[in-house]
Amino acid sequence: MFNFGQWTSAFNNWLLGSGMADWLAILIECVIIGVLILLTYTVLALFYILYERKLCAWFQCRLGPMRVGKWGLLQVFADMFKILIKELICLKGTDRFLFKLAPYIVITSSVTMLACLPWGNGLQIIDWNIGIFFVLAVSSVGVLGILLAGWASNNKYTLIGAMRSGAQMISYEVSLGLAIMTIVVLAGTMDINALVWAQEDAWFLFKGHIPAIIAFIIYVIAATAETNRGPFDLPEAEHELTAGYHTEYSGIHFGFFYLAEYLNLFIVSGIASLMFLGGWMPLHIPGWDGFNAVMNYIPGIVWFLAKAFFISFVIIWFKWTFPRVRIDQLLSFEWKYMMPFALANLMLMAVVVALGWHF
Amino acid sequence: MSLLQDKINKIYPAGTWEEGECPLINVAEADWHEFARTLKEDKELNFDLLSAVVGMDWKENMGVIYYLTSTSNNWDMLAVKVVATGDRDNCYIHTVSDLWKVANFQEREVYDMFGIKFINHPDMRRFFLRNDWKGHPLRKDYDANPELNPIPTDDEVNEDETCTYKLNDKGEVEKVPGKVFEDNEYIVNIGPQHPSTHGVMRFRTSLDGEYVKKVDVVSGYIHRGIEKLCEGLGYAQTLHFTDRMDYMSAHQNRHCLCMCIEKALGIEVPRRAEVIRVMMDELMRISSHLLSFGCTAMDLGATTAFFYGFREREMVLDIFEKTCGARMSMNYNVIGGVIADLHPDFEKDVRALIDIMPKRLKEYHKVFSGNLIAKNRMVGVGKLKKEDAINYDITGPSGRGSNWSCDCRKKHPYSIYGELNEANVFDEVLLDGCDSYSRYMVRMKEIEESCKILAYLVDRIPEGDIRAQVPKIIKLPAGRWYQQVEASRGTFGVYIESDGQKNPYRVHFQSPCFNLVGVMDLCCTGYMIADLITIGAALDFVIPDIDR
Amino acid sequence: MGIDSIKSMKREDFKNNEYIDKLVEELNATGANVVVGAFDDLINWGRANSLWPLCFGTSCCAIEFMSLGAARYDMARFGFEVARNSPRQADYIMVQGTIVHRMAPALRRLYEQLAEPKYVIACGGCAVSGGPFKNSYCVLPGVDKIIPVDVYVPGCPPRPEAMFYGLMQLQRKIKVSKFFGGANRQEKIAEFFAEHPEEKGQIG
Repeated sequence: MFNFGQWTSAFNNWLLGSGMADWLAILIECVIIGVLILLTYTVLALFYILYERKLCAWFQCRLGPMRVGKWGLLQVFADMFKILIKELICLKGTDRFLFKLAPYIVITSSVTMLACLPWGNGLQIIDWNIGIFFVLAVSSVGVLGILLAGWASNNKYTLIGAMRSGAQMISYEVSLGLAIMTIVVLAGTMDINALVWAQEDAWFLFKGHIPAIIAFIIYVIAATAETNRGPFDLPEAEHELTAGYHTEYSGIHFGFFYLAEYLNLFIVSGIASLMFLGGWMPLHIPGWDGFNAVMNYIPGIVWFLAKAFFISFVIIWFKWTFPRVRIDQLLSFEWKYMMPFALANLMLMAVVVALGWHF
Repeated sequence: MSLLQDKINKIYPAGTWEEGECPLINVAEADWHEFARTLKEDKELNFDLLSAVVGMDWKENMGVIYYLTSTSNNWDMLAVKVVATGDRDNCYIHTVSDLWKVANFQEREVYDMFGIKFINHPDMRRFFLRNDWKGHPLRKDYDANPELNPIPTDDEVNEDETCTYKLNDKGEVEKVPGKVFEDNEYIVNIGPQHPSTHGVMRFRTSLDGEYVKKVDVVSGYIHRGIEKLCEGLGYAQTLHFTDRMDYMSAHQNRHCLCMCIEKALGIEVPRRAEVIRVMMDELMRISSHLLSFGCTAMDLGATTAFFYGFREREMVLDIFEKTCGARMSMNYNVIGGVIADLHPDFEKDVRALIDIMPKRLKEYHKVFSGNLIAKNRMVGVGKLKKEDAINYDITGPSGRGSNWSCDCRKKHPYSIYGELNEANVFDEVLLDGCDSYSRYMVRMKEIEESCKILAYLVDRIPEGDIRAQVPKIIKLPAGRWYQQVEASRGTFGVYIESDGQKNPYRVHFQSPCFNLVGVMDLCCTGYMIADLITIGAALDFVIPDIDR
Repeated sequence: MGIDSIKSMKREDFKNNEYIDKLVEELNATGANVVVGAFDDLINWGRANSLWPLCFGTSCCAIEFMSLGAARYDMARFGFEVARNSPRQADYIMVQGTIVHRMAPALRRLYEQLAEPKYVIACGGCAVSGGPFKNSYCVLPGVDKIIPVDVYVPGCPPRPEAMFYGLMQLQRKIKVSKFFGGANRQEKIAEFFAEHPEEKGQIG
């Protein structure tokens, strides 16, 4: 398989070899990476917005955006230009500093998570030995932004939205973490790159059979709740709380929440594909060497995106099918059913691994 | 003298009877509360349902006409006329809101429109108009000068103060101030501009965490003064307002007003017109229930189901458009019949609709109400016992979801519903869940029943005239008439009082949604804020129908 | 139905109303002293094609607006479907239904809560002029008494097609706002509010 690491190290060597000071070379690299990741972030988020709008139109027997550009492709760009130049409103009675800080916390957390995702062989920005643990930690920072947004707006709706969001995300993080831990037990590593390589012979979903499949289901449910999407979209439950925690935000500040919401969808899908479906690793079936070789011709980045988009499709499908749950039902579902189940599943996986019952 | 009049004469010999469409008894204000209690609690009389409260201004004095019905005994409707004591600026009637809870908001409306104060009413605030409004619009001597009440530019002050009028020992009326909410309550303001109040309704909700402690209904954000407008117009001109009150029961409401005027004039409507009217009523009911399905689904977060409901609703609207010329506000019924003949495609389109509906209803159940989450959100939420439903006069699908048989088409058949009952064409849907889910399911089943009526009638549309001959200038003889129909959301009543002129002396519309919103406080207390949305969606009120 | 059934108007007269565009062409051709940069064009294009409505309906027209969003008419085709419930995030307010005295301050407040650039469509007879309730004691004879209106859509209620026409007319207006609105527009709003002052209660 082609290793992107060759390109990046060649570029690094070229920079250092051109007689440049080390700090300057590193600075240049950082700037390039920063620009690249922000660009990817924007393009992906815009793609996701269109993706969801088209998909939901399809579920609802409609056409969806189609007038702006071919097949409505330019619709999201029009939205972007508009939202960039929309007036930013800051109200009397709000905590101005926190009010303005909140969207940046949310967006920073999701950009950092994006940086951890492996896009292909060697195509990864942050890679260290506790990678997946780091992702979980960073994802919790996003909650802080939402809580701050609700608190700083000085509005009863946003406060209720933020409190719901806090309760929901902290609860579901437990199941999310346990589901990921189940796979970490199977893989024996937290290093993202090593996790992918461990799935070279077969994806964890097949390797870990029953406990892995249970963990996958738990993960998808918890991830839906983590990203505040229907049927768990209580924090911004439109019909109860007008727009939830971001009711008072306008212009690009609202745009940040909007983008982060869609990008978080991509990120949880990306992590699902990494943990359960082999990340950028092509579909390999042990023993079928010819088949495996053919699969290897499809670039890793295509594999990764295809898997992520597929899981996103499932989560979007949830949203446009199910009614919204109520806050007490949401919490009792997590604490009374999901969490104990995930815990038992983790034990099961430990037993499976200890006895070597996996493939 | 009927049996009922004899009985009442024994209880209250001082009452004088007035002739009219239904027996009307004059009761002195001082005896009214005691008499009302007897009417309600006497086993043989048992008038447990207050159908309408109509404020009146007879120039020399003011008063209220109450229309009472018994749900258990087969009495005719009884009208009671109470003249207020005191002069025009300070006139009083004893409240009956302690006997019939429905009178709570009704009396507030009368106070707002006429300035009649109700003694012992717990919450005597204005209902439709702002607190700083000058005058009482439905009085005959109301000064409509726009300079007195200019377009307000300042924000409304929250009304936390309320008051009760009480009789003291000396027999004088004194004002006792009160409070709507306690101090230090966490009050969330839902509305007037809120996506799930289905219009411009305002609920001031006191919360305890996520739990609702009290709901204070603030209405009047779309009060257009239709009743006052009607007094200045000829009878034929008043018709178009009914389409714009409960726009989802446009045909039924207009049918009701037309019937009331026809009854007063003694006009016989041609049979073809009757059949067309009933078919249109049922189509309207289907359209309304489909919208209600869509909105309930959307309020609960199932956006896709909304689109499915609207897909079939467009079929109904197509039928309307072809025959009546409009998708909404059809203006189709006129005095003496209907305005235009059926479109040639009508029968074909109706058949297509009744063929497809059973399949679609199954699909709705699959997509939305069969879902575990939807059931969890609706089952057991917003309990309303049958006694409460009667006491609050919650008719229509919401009342039938509380197992109260209140269908006007069965109880007081009008138009050709009597024949339909004899032929046993449709059943009254009754469910005993008393919760939001039952109310929702009643609607879904009523679509099926309406389809049965349509299927029966579509083969039996007689040939003939669509309109009876009516005089060019319509003048009703002096008198009063009250007519009820079963609209999509419950019993809709029209009260007309005429003094023999071209214009009605007084028109009152007794709308079902007005009562529905009165029960919000009772239904929501103790449930969560998310349930308030569910309960509102399942009660399915239309705001312009409340405010008129 | 529809077009052919109206006798007083010929089919040709139902063409898209492009008089604004033509006026702009004329002005350009005669060398009017207005320069429109590519960046302005881009911004106006973005604004015109991304009109997010505020859910605001008081009566019948709101139901037709729901039909506009539903599958048959599908306003998502134009990108109008991102209906926001918070006025901060919406671009235009489509006043659907009668505005009465009690609602008037609330509507004005909603308008002031919208973030710039903001537009108003008066939809339906009641919002345009008070409609059938014009003579009532507490009905506003048109919303333009309290907020500046960009497009009027008559009808009772207007058909969804008419609403589309109104929305597209608003798009056209936005695209050429440099000529007829834009900088002027702010002044016009200021002028409007000078004529219709608010007594108390500043919204910050």
